[in-house]
Amino acid sequence: MKKVISFPNLGDYYVPIKNFLIKTSKCEVMVPLKSTKHTLELGNKYSPDFVCLPFKYTLGNFIESLDNGANVLVQAGGGCRYGYYAEVQEKILRDLGYKFDYINLTNKGGFSLFKFYKGIKKLNPKLNIFKFSYWLLVAVVNIIYMDKLDKYIRKNISYEKSKGIFMKIKEKFLKNVDNNYSIFKLRKLYKQSITEIKNNLKNSKDETLKIGIVGELFSLMEHSSSYNIEEFLLSKNIEVRRYTDLTCLLITKRFQMKKFHKKSRKFAKYLQGADATPNISHSIDMANEHFDGIIHMKPMSCSPEINAVPILQKVSEEYDIPILFLTFDSQYAKGAIDTRIEAFIDMLQMRKENLINEG
Amino acid sequence: MKDKYYLGVDIGSISTKGVIIDEEDNIIASDYLWTEGNPIGAVQKLINSLYEQVKDKDINVVCVGTTGSARYLIGKILDAGVVKNEITAHAIGTMNKVPDVRTIIEIGGQDSKIILIDKNVVVDYNMNTICAAGTGAFLSSQAKRLGVNIEDFGSIALTSKNSPKLSARCSVFAESDLVHKLQMGYKKEDVIRGLCDAIVSNYLNNVAKGKKLYSPIVFQGGVSKNIGVKKAFEEQLETEVTVINDGHLMGALGIAILAKKSKIEKPFSFQIKDIKFKTIGSECNGCSNNCEIVNVYREDKIIDRYGNKCDNGLKV
Repeated sequence: MKKVISFPNLGDYYVPIKNFLIKTSKCEVMVPLKSTKHTLELGNKYSPDFVCLPFKYTLGNFIESLDNGANVLVQAGGGCRYGYYAEVQEKILRDLGYKFDYINLTNKGGFSLFKFYKGIKKLNPKLNIFKFSYWLLVAVVNIIYMDKLDKYIRKNISYEKSKGIFMKIKEKFLKNVDNNYSIFKLRKLYKQSITEIKNNLKNSKDETLKIGIVGELFSLMEHSSSYNIEEFLLSKNIEVRRYTDLTCLLITKRFQMKKFHKKSRKFAKYLQGADATPNISHSIDMANEHFDGIIHMKPMSCSPEINAVPILQKVSEEYDIPILFLTFDSQYAKGAIDTRIEAFIDMLQMRKENLINEG
Repeated sequence: MKDKYYLGVDIGSISTKGVIIDEEDNIIASDYLWTEGNPIGAVQKLINSLYEQVKDKDINVVCVGTTGSARYLIGKILDAGVVKNEITAHAIGTMNKVPDVRTIIEIGGQDSKIILIDKNVVVDYNMNTICAAGTGAFLSSQAKRLGVNIEDFGSIALTSKNSPKLSARCSVFAESDLVHKLQMGYKKEDVIRGLCDAIVSNYLNNVAKGKKLYSPIVFQGGVSKNIGVKKAFEEQLETEVTVINDGHLMGALGIAILAKKSKIEKPFSFQIKDIKFKTIGSECNGCSNNCEIVNVYREDKIIDRYGNKCDNGLKV
């Protein structure tokens, strides 16, 4: 039987993941459908009720892909409850009667590249460790450039000449990645996109707000799970800073952990799981850089971020920076979220005007 | 030229409020009625009643502002110039009445919020999260269970001398606690007072968590009409809590003031009582987002649709 590989959604990162899987496994790769309400409904139906939201979304992605003909699934794992996703989801899907191969990248709560290699080698026996490493490198380069481009857009959104042009450039970049899949071509493509953005910059910046986004990684990177808050802020020309992206999670975070811990030590003596410590440290950084406000997002029952909330409240008090705490669950009422975001922006605007008036 | 007047409408889950103000922010007409699950009907009634109050004066409303949870829908129907969230509206309205206010406690039908103000600027706010424990909806459902009129709830609570502790964490727990206390033989008024205390401690633990509440404190929203809850707030905060007379109108007043400040002018007519408005919710299948689209019809003619994330949804 022909093998069709699929994987869960994580924002725009389907591009490097898809290409990496195509190059290494030589099989057909099915990009999961965009996560929608339907995805969540499916996930919700077959998940334990109190599991965190990313579990429901990714399970929904798997079910949709399986229904569309995928028969090999890839799931990773990480530091928190994410480490159990792979196993529990496999069990749920098998109980539902689906037949599929499963590449589980979790190893003792962490992420194992060797397991990834072994899993793909089963599909493509000609694969060797050098080829695997090469394509992995290209994928990492791809991710780094994507993140750099994203960061550049978020930082310079208030200079945007005509509305929506940055997003178009980004979409073009993502579309062209497939045909330029080598380190040098990706670099060239990235440079092209940056020049294109630079050509569309205004000379003077709009007087806008600066908002930082911290929180749980899935809510931050898979925007459909967090009501597209980031897009909404960008569409209002608000400069957004978000530290959490794949570059940070896969590469830079591990080298900076000591620094984060030192910085957050005043508020939290011990290291906390997942991204809680980096989030506290980043919030302090942004407060020192005089950001107007911070939005903290987490799915319901995300324990590392729940730990971070009271500490961030202290940060908010001490550095006098407003922090909006949002919790997402499988509720569909977008109105409640909109009201909070709108009011938050209004408030920051009023605060800012007041600061200017006071001199 | 005629004087300019501004209309502010606040459509909450339980009640609908409206005011007309003149250029000096004086309220010249106001009304307050139940939404009863029908925001459009309620607004038609509201506009009509406001019209009855001012029809001798022949006034000219130049801009409409809407706020509250049905603000988008009503904004379309009244062709509003300003559509703003209720937090900003409440802050603006209250600051107009009580200029030195520092803390606004608001408990409404479905949500509760706290707004902190410093030097006439909103510096912090918080709203209850997913659960509706400690809101007006919870109180009124419990009043029904106890067979008490919600209007008498507060005065009954004040007669109690000894109140049981009820769990305030969650409305489901609070309810089973309440049933348990009743079956144990507590008097009704004691349980009612316990409920008022529970609402307040729920509010202070969840909504006002980690925030410093400075005086003067203003308490508003539908629940502020309940003197039992007001008393419980004063006891637990150990300070005076003010309930202003027009407390329920603050959102509508605030949005009317915002409409005035916006300088937008749009024609407005009071004659909407007999116009048939209809809304149809549908799921757009233009792309994989499957947005919920709401189509608003006026006399069977579509006037607007919203809810779409992309342009596909705008095609009729």
